[in-house]
Amino acid sequence: MATAEHTTATSHPKHRRFGGIWSWVFTVDHKRIGILYLVTAIFFFLVGGLEALLVRSQLAFPGGTVVGPDTFNELFTMHATTMVFLSLMPMSVSFFNIVVPLQIGARDVAFPRLNAFSYWVYLFGALLLNSSYLFGGAPNAGWFGYANLTELPFNNATHGIDFWVLGLQVLGVSSMAGAFNFLVTIVNCRAPGMTFMRMPLFTWMTLVTSFLLVFAFPVLTVGLIELMFDRFFGTNFFNPAAGADPILWQHLFWLFGHPEVYILILPAMGIVSDVLPTFSRKPLFGYPVVAYSGVAIGFMAWGVWVHHMFTAGLGPVADAVFSLTTMLIAVPTGIKIFNWIGTIWGGTLNMKTPLYFALGFIAMFTIGGLSGVMLASPPADWLEADTYFVVAHLHYVLFGGTIYGLFAGIYYWFPKVTGRMLDETFGLIHFWLMTIGFNLTFAPMHVLGMDGMPRRIYTYPTGMGWDLWNLVATIGAFTIGASILVFVYNAMSSVRFGKRAGADPWDGRTLEWMIPSPPPDYNFVQIPYVHGREPLWLEKHPETGLGHGHPVPVPIAGGAPELGEYANGGPTADDLGIHLPDPSYYPFIAALGLALTFAGLLIGKAPPPSWMSVVGLLCLFYGVYGWIFEPVTGY
Amino acid sequence: MSETNAVSSSKESRAVRENLHPGNWEYVQIAVVLAIITGAEVMVYYQEAVRSLIVPILLILSACKFTLVAMFFMHLKFDNRIFSIFFSGPLVLAFAVMMAVLSLFHRVLLGA
Amino acid sequence: MAEASLAGHLEAHEPETTTGLNHRKVLMWIFLGSECLFFGSLISTYLIYRNRSLVGPFPQDTFDIPYTSVSSFVLLMSSLTMVLALAAAHRRNLAQMRLWLLTTALLGTVFIGGQVYEFTSFVNHGLSLSKNLFGTTFFVLTGFHGAHVTVGVIIMLSLVFNSWRGGIKEGETLGIEIAGLYWHFVDVVWIVIFTVVYLLPY
Repeated sequence: MATAEHTTATSHPKHRRFGGIWSWVFTVDHKRIGILYLVTAIFFFLVGGLEALLVRSQLAFPGGTVVGPDTFNELFTMHATTMVFLSLMPMSVSFFNIVVPLQIGARDVAFPRLNAFSYWVYLFGALLLNSSYLFGGAPNAGWFGYANLTELPFNNATHGIDFWVLGLQVLGVSSMAGAFNFLVTIVNCRAPGMTFMRMPLFTWMTLVTSFLLVFAFPVLTVGLIELMFDRFFGTNFFNPAAGADPILWQHLFWLFGHPEVYILILPAMGIVSDVLPTFSRKPLFGYPVVAYSGVAIGFMAWGVWVHHMFTAGLGPVADAVFSLTTMLIAVPTGIKIFNWIGTIWGGTLNMKTPLYFALGFIAMFTIGGLSGVMLASPPADWLEADTYFVVAHLHYVLFGGTIYGLFAGIYYWFPKVTGRMLDETFGLIHFWLMTIGFNLTFAPMHVLGMDGMPRRIYTYPTGMGWDLWNLVATIGAFTIGASILVFVYNAMSSVRFGKRAGADPWDGRTLEWMIPSPPPDYNFVQIPYVHGREPLWLEKHPETGLGHGHPVPVPIAGGAPELGEYANGGPTADDLGIHLPDPSYYPFIAALGLALTFAGLLIGKAPPPSWMSVVGLLCLFYGVYGWIFEPVTGY
Repeated sequence: MSETNAVSSSKESRAVRENLHPGNWEYVQIAVVLAIITGAEVMVYYQEAVRSLIVPILLILSACKFTLVAMFFMHLKFDNRIFSIFFSGPLVLAFAVMMAVLSLFHRVLLGA
Repeated sequence: MAEASLAGHLEAHEPETTTGLNHRKVLMWIFLGSECLFFGSLISTYLIYRNRSLVGPFPQDTFDIPYTSVSSFVLLMSSLTMVLALAAAHRRNLAQMRLWLLTTALLGTVFIGGQVYEFTSFVNHGLSLSKNLFGTTFFVLTGFHGAHVTVGVIIMLSLVFNSWRGGIKEGETLGIEIAGLYWHFVDVVWIVIFTVVYLLPY
């Protein structure tokens, strides 16, 4: 029972086609855009990792001389900014792109060109931000850029903060455009029969994350605008001499910043919620509860931001209220952890790399959650804030949590994207080396924090009792680096020489495993009808009464019988009468225009706008108008 | 046959448009009401007698204008409820967050 | 299929959606939701710094309420003309639709012109972006609102131009409807700003 595709194969105009690299630059295919995001995000993971290794090298020994204090400030600022905005978030988006349309049985996202635009804006924003290194110095006031340290009187030796303010605004456009797209896609492009309660958990978490993105980024944008106006036009938003209160920045930033950390963790939780059932060969325990907990986290995320400001002196009432809300948000989070354990319990475990990372996620994230509860109490936080205790906490949840979850996703979906398996042995080496290195790096930081080592110091004297654990942490950091090298080697060699994967190498439960690996550009020959949760499992197990006993629709003539693999490339979209959106260069042009407009503000503060901003605006207008009036061949 | 979760857009929305859609005259009437409320707001501004109640009065009047434009001009009253949810959700969120932040600055509540 | 505009493409090849609702309309409403947070943050900043300027000019000495009431009225009426344009589009009267769209754009331009005049007179009275908290918060909040109105005017004029060259087919109302949603939202934000910034007593 599948929907009929309207077949008007002869009635559309000639397709736009581009060859070679241009087919990547002008693509609007969600799978290709997802790959672009993934490769770029992994690249920036290496950049952020390098910044981290420089930080750790400097701190390995007391009185380190690897870098000076100003460079150190730039390094920890860029490490965090890069990891959060240029690596972790885009990596999550890469999975939204590759996986969500497949999981909901769609041919693409709701707005393919907007999707392409999001990617190019991300890339240009990332380049703009990193170009600061070449033009006088990178941002140096932390990834949270507190006013009024970021104001001109206190931060004018370089233009780093200007790059930061503008770069983040560009990246914000990318994030929001992507989130709008996925919201409409999940609401409006689900296959027939796929109600919300039949969606895979990864898609659910994408939905909640997208809501958080579209509502949190505007608040950051306003904060950045206000800081930008203070620096560029002499406004007084954070100027105490005019009666302003710099705490306003902290509120605006953390009103964004706290939903942001849920934006960072929910996709990884979604991946774990999909990986565990597949590798435990059991359905997710308590699916509705896990879904609703994710939604609850999304709502409650808005009520806890002041816990980043317990030491700002807001008073006992504010501290008490937000302490309570922060402890409450641990409840839905804990519920998810118990449900994951319930999923594994009694399952027939398929001990492969994705499962290792998912299990590692549960363990590491729980540890991070425990230190989080310790931070939720203001009296305790007053001792822990701005010490390495917080560094330990945030890395256990963001690295042990998000990054482990993302690696689980990479090992899980790599076969679907490339048609080849990542090597299992190297995968386990990566996992164990990373787990040992990660814990060597960050576990001692709990102790360092308790022993009073402050954050963001470029060196420390000997005799504080910090020497040993700093050295251990640095050794751990380089161990992590080694594990990443193993992963990169594995990825690069497996793409070419990995064992061939069929459509369904993991005995999966959700729709993406129904189609060939790599998928054809139209995804599904026929959009499937969804009978229940875990629709592929139902198809494979007709004893449930809901499936048909075969995993894929009958292949078209000329195809191979095996699980939907096609011997000679298989039918094209045109053969099947499926309309796919043509590639387009307007998203690229519009993205370039947007980036130039913002970059132009750096070379000459408006008014009047600099030549670069004028060129950028013209480019943007040309891109947008071209986009709107472009003949669309339909989908 | 495909199953969709809600009404198919073209047929039923056309019916909605034809039966429940306000006509030009209704729109003008709403605009007149909006103008009257604006006039009332300005009058209240100048009235010393109600100075102590001016804040709630003005807020209520502007909330009425907001609602009229949203329900009728933006057609929320006649459209699928999903749109009302997509708009009122963030509206409530923005309002709640604004109240919280203003309280934290002691501008409203908490010893304003 | 001939070359088509945004609106043209949609009605001709409307893809089946899970909810039955059009993708672009859903997108616009979610976008307007995000704009609530955007303007909410700017308005919050204004309210936090209300009455906190250390030096003048102060709002109570600067505002010209009758003047701003007139320009508020103009913007309100532009919402009426916008909805009349949509109604004309529904009735397949493209000429009338274009007329009402132009009127909307004109009223929007009058509003912007009024803002420019108002800002200039404030500046002449010594208020600037950097003078005090009032200047900072007022100009940035109303400036961003004005920028949104300007974008709206450009959208209206684009629709008129596109319709004029035959890009909007009779009965294709989605583009007008979505542009209208944006326009009404911008009007609604002004309703809030007019009350909260101008009318609430200082």
